[in-house]
Amino acid sequence: MKTFVLTLALMLGAVTARAEMVIQEVTSPGGIKAWLVEEPTIPFVSLELRFKGGASLDAPGKRGATNLMVGLLEEGAAGMDARGFAEAAEAIAARLSFDVGDDTVAVSASFLTETQDEAVRLLRAALVEPAFEPQALERVRAQVLSSVRSDLKDPDAIASAAFDAMLFGDHPYGSPYEGTEASVAALTRDDIVAAHRAALARDRVYVSAAGDISAEALGTLLDALLSDLPQTGAPMPQPVEVVTEGGVTVIPFDTPQSVAVFGHAGMDRHHPDFFAAYVMNEILGGSGFEARLMEEVREKRGLTYGVYSYLVPKDHAALYMGRVASANDRIAETVAVIRAEWERMARDAVGEAELERAKTYLTGAYPLRFDSNRAIARILVGMQLDDLTPEYVTTRNARIAALTVDDLRRVAAELVRPEALHFVVVGQPVGLEGGVIGQ
Amino acid sequence: MLRMSALLGICVLSLLTAPAGAKGDEQVTSFTLDNGMEVVVIEDHRAPVVVHMVWYRAGSADEPRGVSGVAHFLEHLLFKGTETLEPGEFSKTVAENGGSDNAFTSLDYTGYFQRVAADRLGLMMQMEADRMVKLQIGPEDILTEREVIIEERNQRVENNPGALFREQRNAALYMNHPYGTPIIGWRHEMETLDLDDALAFYRQYYAPNNAVLIVAGDVTPDGVRALAEQHYGPLPANPDLAPRQRVEEPAHLAERRMVFRDPRVAQPYVTRSYLAPERDPGAQETAAALTLLAEVLGGGQTSVLTQALQFEAQTAVYAGAFYDATSLDDTSFGLIVVPAAGVSLEQAEAEMDRVIAEFLDTGIDAAQLERIKFQIKAQQIYARDDIDRLARRYGNALTSGLTIADVQAWPDVLQAVTEEDILAAARQVFDRTRSVTGYLMGDDLTEVMQ
Repeated sequence: MKTFVLTLALMLGAVTARAEMVIQEVTSPGGIKAWLVEEPTIPFVSLELRFKGGASLDAPGKRGATNLMVGLLEEGAAGMDARGFAEAAEAIAARLSFDVGDDTVAVSASFLTETQDEAVRLLRAALVEPAFEPQALERVRAQVLSSVRSDLKDPDAIASAAFDAMLFGDHPYGSPYEGTEASVAALTRDDIVAAHRAALARDRVYVSAAGDISAEALGTLLDALLSDLPQTGAPMPQPVEVVTEGGVTVIPFDTPQSVAVFGHAGMDRHHPDFFAAYVMNEILGGSGFEARLMEEVREKRGLTYGVYSYLVPKDHAALYMGRVASANDRIAETVAVIRAEWERMARDAVGEAELERAKTYLTGAYPLRFDSNRAIARILVGMQLDDLTPEYVTTRNARIAALTVDDLRRVAAELVRPEALHFVVVGQPVGLEGGVIGQ
Repeated sequence: MLRMSALLGICVLSLLTAPAGAKGDEQVTSFTLDNGMEVVVIEDHRAPVVVHMVWYRAGSADEPRGVSGVAHFLEHLLFKGTETLEPGEFSKTVAENGGSDNAFTSLDYTGYFQRVAADRLGLMMQMEADRMVKLQIGPEDILTEREVIIEERNQRVENNPGALFREQRNAALYMNHPYGTPIIGWRHEMETLDLDDALAFYRQYYAPNNAVLIVAGDVTPDGVRALAEQHYGPLPANPDLAPRQRVEEPAHLAERRMVFRDPRVAQPYVTRSYLAPERDPGAQETAAALTLLAEVLGGGQTSVLTQALQFEAQTAVYAGAFYDATSLDDTSFGLIVVPAAGVSLEQAEAEMDRVIAEFLDTGIDAAQLERIKFQIKAQQIYARDDIDRLARRYGNALTSGLTIADVQAWPDVLQAVTEEDILAAARQVFDRTRSVTGYLMGDDLTEVMQ
């Protein structure tokens, strides 16, 4: 078998010849698929792997197992102890990082062309043959427990955890993926081995690479790296419907600035109106200084340093959320202003000029994202997780440009629901009516 | 002032690995406009993107006493309109061109940047030049924006006991020098900042002869020079700009110790900060030795503190060392130990001191030093993938008293450091009379006794 390559030249920005980027769809001799942008200017490669499932694959009663497992991947493997593994990575200046989220285990690697083979051997050892030594397990467990305890006194973490618990209850999304003090303390080595077997499998891996490597070489690399992983992992969790009631939940916490997390149900990434929803959110609570929430809450009233809203299309649930922080005696006004903006968007949607401005920004900013190997590799793996094809890069801006005020009106009426908008506020808020739950 | 008419075309960073060096290095060019504005161009033609930055040699440490936070406050106000731009119009225009913009304030500098398509560079320069000299703000902008910076302080500092602890620690370390004052400002002084305070700082420091222009991305030096001369060239230099001369530290005669208690602290820890020399123009050797010392002691899994305290004695869940080499005046070298459950802060501190003493006795593992130096070489390759970071490296250095030659010499200076240099620098810096030891802890008195 040879490495199979499908090449697609994509004009980004369609302005200059330099803006051309070629995405190759690579299939290794062993059948592993990846997207590649070959860019030999700098002698290194950025490699991104994503395993779908992530912390949501924690078995019942084993909350925190996937997180602890991922934390142990670089703590010894294939005959090396933690120190030996770290020395080997340092000696070739390979940068390996392992991360976990609700829906994925993320592996990011950068390695020099000249030390590529050693880097791949090391990464393979971590992914396929982690040792999970008892000593390393106890050391990393202590670090996780320290972080879990710190989160219990951090207003941002308290707000997120309370919001998730309210929405998702016993579903894995309903609790922090680090686990609780009790659940982490109870995890055994067998639990970690089981979590590894459940999360890192070939049936759920997505791969991208950008940098100084050919399609042939990437094919060989992928087989060396991944072919010894099990074919299948644990089944995915069930989808969960998001239901909220409008209102405020206050969690008393002695700190000068209240932190609020707010939201309700969102929109699936595959929904035909997702583009319209994305642009609408850019206008309501996007990251620029021009978004309505920034304008009304920060620029006009000085109530906060930052306020944002964002669509959160998880794999098994969809949320529309936001976050803000204001001094305890000002958070009530902040909440009122955000509610009013939510109502205005649901009622009046957006104007022609506003939509045009958002489109100009979003379409102009898109090609600027592809400015480094690291960024390109991350974008390509993200597209695969979203079930997109490489052509998306060329059609994305046209689809945004085609949106009309009516599209946004339709999506605003469906998506933006002031009556369901719920705030969880952590602090000592003054003048906020709402249910109080103890800490 | 700085006046150089010759074009200094320099190809930087001779990479030490031969095959790597052959593949096209980062291209850096610099020149100075007639009005004294220094310009650095970093070429990267992989994507049609440009980062445009203006850095002022003015940070919080240049503020007059009593108006702490005014440098950062002014940074916010620069988005509030000029004689030609409405409040918010700057960022709006950047966004309408598909770009993003922001700004940052530090002890020694204030910087403004935009990231846009390379063909919009001229527009960015036009607007940035405009707000260098034509700021126009009203009293109502002041009041609203002052609320914003106070909320920023709430978010970054008041809501975070670790940040409050760092503020108190810096204030204890610097007895006279303005580095002891927080960049964002002391709250009671922020609350009274007014328009005159902001404008006084603006008129003194915002001028082309106090600024560094950095353009990184898909541009050519000639193209940047033409646009810079068009937009920044006509701005008048400030003839009254004096060399930056901050008040100096007196002799430090007494070790300082502090305990900060806050009920929001779940995980106590101990830190030790020593006053330490920084990189000086043409004399970066000691700072290079201290940079490597921080790596040897606390840079990752195989470092001395990590191995001794996390792996062997298992008295810590985390241990590290910190040193910020790039600074106009004396900087600090820091150690931190986060004790394991059941270990008191006193025990953690004693363990830290034991490991440092043993380290000074036994010296450095040659293999570890070799690995660190190889990683520094590799960093020069990885760094070329990130033009924002490259641009910041130059901006940070040039506003901290260093020259482009210093930036370009730095990797070689680091490679030349020996074990003896590192140990000598450590012995020089680890002087308890020039240090602050801080305990951050919850208000539960029993936890110390565990």
